[in-house]
Amino acid sequence: MARAMGLALMNENAWRRSVNHTCRRRVTLPCGRYGTMLASALALLLSQAHPFDDVARVLLHPRCVNCHPAGEAPLQTDASRPHHQNVTRRIEALGTRCTACHLPNAPQGPGLPPSAAEWKMPRADLPLVFQGRTPAQLCHQLKDPAQNGNLTPEAMLEHLTHDPRVVWSFAPGPGRALPPLTHARFLEVFSAWLQLGQPCPTEAPQAPQTKRPPNTPRQR
Amino acid sequence: MISFTLNGRPTEVDAPPAMPLLWVLRDVLHLTGTKFGCGMALCGACTVHLEGSAVRSCITPVSAVEGKAVTTIEGLAPSEAPHPCQRAWVELSVPQCGYCQSGQLMSAAALLAVKPEPTDDDIDAAMSGNLCRCGTYPRIRDAIHRAALLAQGGRP
Repeated sequence: MARAMGLALMNENAWRRSVNHTCRRRVTLPCGRYGTMLASALALLLSQAHPFDDVARVLLHPRCVNCHPAGEAPLQTDASRPHHQNVTRRIEALGTRCTACHLPNAPQGPGLPPSAAEWKMPRADLPLVFQGRTPAQLCHQLKDPAQNGNLTPEAMLEHLTHDPRVVWSFAPGPGRALPPLTHARFLEVFSAWLQLGQPCPTEAPQAPQTKRPPNTPRQR
Repeated sequence: MISFTLNGRPTEVDAPPAMPLLWVLRDVLHLTGTKFGCGMALCGACTVHLEGSAVRSCITPVSAVEGKAVTTIEGLAPSEAPHPCQRAWVELSVPQCGYCQSGQLMSAAALLAVKPEPTDDDIDAAMSGNLCRCGTYPRIRDAIHRAALLAQGGRP
């Protein structure tokens, strides 16, 4: 029964219609944003996917990993290769900031440096490494105040919602692969993960989903 | 009209906001010491200082310098008292063809401004974004060390 319910709830559009219908008739369920978050959280709870799976798929994508490398050099391209020109986070202290080339409002196009406001790497003493992390390691890192810069869940969500570099990464322009989810969908699954108490996977990472739920755009 | 300080002087230009600063410098203000190399922030030939930091003027829209201070190779130091980097460059005959050298000098000056005694590693890290097809890198490194000494009043 629960499994059947879970499968039904994976069709989120149907679930949202159900929530909205209930909201209109009797105010027994939260509506609007919180209703959507609750629906996402319940759908995740009842599905076989771990709530962190989709979060990890995005955070381990080159658009996120390239600025969260394991070493001193930022990474480039969809292949996440080290930045050309021997660029490391050290150059910020040597007279040349990342914004020397990656400055806001600069022309954009293939081969040109990507640009957004405050383009820079995480600090050396708080590197926030994503590269090479398993989903479980990444999850525990995000929850650890010593590793996440004392960010509360709300502050993390704020960073992921409004930081211009994060916003850019979901619309990086031609020649750069998109993360597997849209920004809006990513915020939904991240919020749902927060709502569920930030559970972390304990076993080997699950294989990425190969079958899209119905009624979802091609890029979720 | 876009207003900024150029080499210490208030400057106004009538240019489209998206026009690269390099074009404004060369074609509008006729300061041709700053060179066009790649046009994609990849070679460093167009390096100038914006508020003291090195930037690539070929991809910097002129609107980005509104109200700020820009320094080009022409304004790095007065002719009668050259910048230590310029003195060292001359002493060691650094340039070969010379095309990239104004960008090299601007990056070197930005480095010395924040790191008065750079190590070889510091120089390599700071200067790797400035390409020289003549391969004058060893002389550039030597000249930066020499400039550091000159800036501290070392033996001329």
